[in-house]
Amino acid sequence: MKILKDFTKRMFNLFFRRNREISLGFYGPPNAGKTSLANRICKDWTGEDIGKVSKMAHETRSVQFKEEVEIKYNDKSLKFKLIDTPGIATKIDYEDFMKAKMKKKQAQKRAKEATQGIVEAIRWLDDMDAVIIVLDATENPYSQVNLTIIGNLVARDIPVLVVANKIDLKKSDVKKVEAAFPDYEVVGISAKQGKNMDEFYESVFKLAKKA
Amino acid sequence: MQRKKNKGLTLQFIPYSEISHLSSVERIKKLLKIILENKVVVLQGRLKTDEESRLIEDTMIMIGNIKGFKGVELAVVEDNEEKSFFQKMRYGIANAIAGQQNAITIIGPASIVKEMKKDPKKLEVMMR
Repeated sequence: MKILKDFTKRMFNLFFRRNREISLGFYGPPNAGKTSLANRICKDWTGEDIGKVSKMAHETRSVQFKEEVEIKYNDKSLKFKLIDTPGIATKIDYEDFMKAKMKKKQAQKRAKEATQGIVEAIRWLDDMDAVIIVLDATENPYSQVNLTIIGNLVARDIPVLVVANKIDLKKSDVKKVEAAFPDYEVVGISAKQGKNMDEFYESVFKLAKKA
Repeated sequence: MQRKKNKGLTLQFIPYSEISHLSSVERIKKLLKIILENKVVVLQGRLKTDEESRLIEDTMIMIGNIKGFKGVELAVVEDNEEKSFFQKMRYGIANAIAGQQNAITIIGPASIVKEMKKDPKKLEVMMR
């Protein structure tokens, strides 16, 4: 049944949606490098950034876009709408921001915006054609948030690519990410340093075919 | 001499039968009510994926609106053994009929539970 459904979807896309823009979402926990990766792609193909990055968690607190991003790979090109979402978490404590020398009022404001951003990110799931799950390869991949996001995408039949980011760091472990998500393609990259981006773009094209 | 007060922790076990007849909204409401009483929920089975994301959404809405509430820590431990095609089919049918009961879900308030570290076969719960 699923094979038949996939085949019909592919045929429909082939004949009717050839030049459409693919909505490509970036999801994952906070500070995994979603905006860094979206920025890297935007810089590579448009010369502009999509958003600000920071070492402090929850820097992206609302969904941000970049439309008409044309990516070329092996003489083929595809048009994407990149959708960078706030990191999804199950808890937010404004006191954590105060530890980073932020004033109480400012920290409370950041926490409130971060909670609203998470709700917004979850509600956007329905509007994605394909999703890149960005994980920090130095962290434990078995967090329930990661599994919940992927579970929701599977339930909505949205194709997924898992990116293990920060491979430039010694502590990174791409194999652990692969072991945690055996049913998905996992690509190890460093968005910050632009490492392994060719393999990443190849995987994005494979992902787009399923969308 | 002043005696040091011992801090207790309450684990509330919820059998799947207690939530199986409830709607998604009622399930989440029931779990969050227990969490707001500063108890750790040990649920037999697991929520559906859309219920898990709804739980995160509701948690986010509650932070800032309920004094001292900082969110939750959540982990699901389940049978990860590789299964044959027929075993998968059997489990799929059983889950569809009786709900996914071959798992345990632990949800605790972030003000008590600092972190839950999950590995495929073990779960470490760090307390504050």
